[in-house]
Amino acid sequence: MCFTQNFWSLLIEGLANGFIYALIALGYTLVYGVLRLINFAHSEVFMSGAFGGLFVLQNLIGSRQPGGLTSVWLVAIGIAGAAAAGGAVAFLLERVAYRPLRRRNAPRLAFLISAIGASYFLYNLAGKEFGRQAINIPAPFTNGTVFTVFGAPVQTYYLVVAAVTIVLLVLLDRVVAKTRLGQGIRSVAQDAETASLMGVNIDRTISLTFVIGGLLGGAAGFLYALPVGAVFTIGFTPGLKAFTAAVLGGIGNVRGAMIGGLLLGVVENLSVACISTSWRDVVAFGILVIVLMFRPTGLFGERLGRSA
Amino acid sequence: MSVHEGPSRLNRLRDSRDFRRLGACVFGMLVLALVTGPEGIQGNPTYGVIQSWLRPRVVGFLIAAVVLWALMTFWGRLSGRIRAEVVEVADVGRRLFESRLPRFGTYLLLIVLAVLLPQILSGTWQEITVDQIGTYVLLALGLNVVVGFAGLLDLGYIAFYLIGAYSTAYWSGALPVQPPFDLNPFFIIPFAVLAAMLTGVILGTPTLRLRGDYLAIVTLGFGEIIQIVATNLQGVTGGAEGVIGIRHFSVNLFGVRYAWPVGATANLPYYYLLLGFVVVALVIFHLLEHSRVGRAWTAIREDEVAAAACGINPLKYKIMAFAIGASTSGFAGVLFASKIGFIDPTEFSVQMSILVLILVVFGGQGSLAGALVGAAFIQWGQNFLRVLNVGWYNEQDLYVYLGGLLVVMMIFRPQGVLPSRRRSREIGLAEHGIGTADAMSAGETAP
Repeated sequence: MCFTQNFWSLLIEGLANGFIYALIALGYTLVYGVLRLINFAHSEVFMSGAFGGLFVLQNLIGSRQPGGLTSVWLVAIGIAGAAAAGGAVAFLLERVAYRPLRRRNAPRLAFLISAIGASYFLYNLAGKEFGRQAINIPAPFTNGTVFTVFGAPVQTYYLVVAAVTIVLLVLLDRVVAKTRLGQGIRSVAQDAETASLMGVNIDRTISLTFVIGGLLGGAAGFLYALPVGAVFTIGFTPGLKAFTAAVLGGIGNVRGAMIGGLLLGVVENLSVACISTSWRDVVAFGILVIVLMFRPTGLFGERLGRSA
Repeated sequence: MSVHEGPSRLNRLRDSRDFRRLGACVFGMLVLALVTGPEGIQGNPTYGVIQSWLRPRVVGFLIAAVVLWALMTFWGRLSGRIRAEVVEVADVGRRLFESRLPRFGTYLLLIVLAVLLPQILSGTWQEITVDQIGTYVLLALGLNVVVGFAGLLDLGYIAFYLIGAYSTAYWSGALPVQPPFDLNPFFIIPFAVLAAMLTGVILGTPTLRLRGDYLAIVTLGFGEIIQIVATNLQGVTGGAEGVIGIRHFSVNLFGVRYAWPVGATANLPYYYLLLGFVVVALVIFHLLEHSRVGRAWTAIREDEVAAAACGINPLKYKIMAFAIGASTSGFAGVLFASKIGFIDPTEFSVQMSILVLILVVFGGQGSLAGALVGAAFIQWGQNFLRVLNVGWYNEQDLYVYLGGLLVVMMIFRPQGVLPSRRRSREIGLAEHGIGTADAMSAGETAP
């Protein structure tokens, strides 16, 4: 096989990308669960997370070279800033681009168009306000090889991505499965009308679902932008890929989105060895088209409203 | 909110409709202040925000917000009579337009205007009229069939434009791969349009069975794929450097010989060619709308299950709309490539698909007049602002305005500026729970 040569290093890199895709994919899947709509503007939530983390770290780090326990704190604060930015943008997005349409019971086409408009508005506004070149995020930790797996180096960055993602995924899984809010989200996903008769505040639940998706998406934006820098167009490609991941795992299916993300990250990265880097995006979008054509319910099926 | 004591005064104020509306007005105007404010500075993220909000100019926007709020609030309360009169005047205009003679008179006048107008324009504006307005009017008319008539969302529309343009390059021998035989340049059009249409059918057949929002994503992915393919396949498409030396359009058939010129003098001849095709497209799409096919589209939009029960095959008609849209787009691509003589993959971005979508939605989905006027107006306005070079408008910010416009349109006027009457009635009905007003719910499990 063509990828045996660098198999382990490609696998590790693919897993790191996959973790990020999984975080974003959850935003799509959660919103799809409650609204039955693809949130086209989710990639801009991701983008605002990248900028949120960037600005927090710019103010905290300056030109110092952090290390040790400081690094851990800086990563945590950066994630918090990014998640806050993502959550805030997602909240505003729901308020401005979705809620007025929902009140009117508008056709689905109108929601999609409104979300596309919001997406273009947001990322071009970010370009206008923050400049159109990529800005490097000051490194909160020194990147280097921590240990090797079968000769493939595992970098600090990959470990940070994995650690943050796993913590967030477990947290989300518990929130959806155990808390009152999670119960609300699941009941709205199952049957919004009945849920409201049972005393669930639908507006509030939908709003909070957007915010949760935004928190995860914002954190993912920060992680994604750490090595490559933040730029206003950063959201589009990862957004589309994360959507692919969500569909791959079965949209509306929270655990499916996690697995779909990892799977897509690995497959896409292994394809690099077989074809070439310039075809990476084509492989990911090709998977999207093929999955939608032949198995639109995803590998694990759609599970709207069932327990996680 | 406290259950026992009832809402407090503050809560009542906060929940009152007028207060919310005031909040929305202020929010909207603050966003507008930010959008029209100065460009930010790289590395100083707060600069643009401070310059937009913490300067005296923001007072103007706040006053505008209050005025807007007052207008919205008191217009509804006080002016039932005035409103009725405005409606009546508008009705007179509509009735006049509906009777046959004035309508044909208007069409004739418009065509005469369209023929004469470019003669008096400057060279720059002639070029804008062809490349920016005419081409996009044709594109908008084609997408209108997909979005407006069939109620489907196609976000990879420009992919077919790319296929049309690259087919033109292929048949004129400008690509690294040579065509199998030398084609009479006149027949490039049907060949290229056929290629675009076939791609549309191949892509549409499996995906049009799916829920409509999946179609949107698949076409988005497809638009992205085809652009990357055109960039990467250096040996076939010429790669990122693009293709030069595409043969300009010409006729050499049955003794008629005419070659469309290249360079600065190309604008007018291509304008008339384009005008001719726009008129043909308008006539065809108008006839189509009122034919059996158009009625089938309407039926599918309004209620797909009922339509299928009446013997309409939804998939067949959806594919038909998709193919018609694709071939119109491919056709525009042929004209574009043969006029400019040079293409490269970056010219066919997803952003362009979105632009065409904005043109259609702004004018009015499903309305030929809407697509025509909407496309012409936005493209004219965009270029007018660019040429005029006013202080508050930066060309790079175009999509901030257009994206915002799309959201505002969906909130306040989803049927568009010049709506089709049928379509706006459908949207109104759908909002009252009757029908769907789009063909996007196929495959959706019943709630």
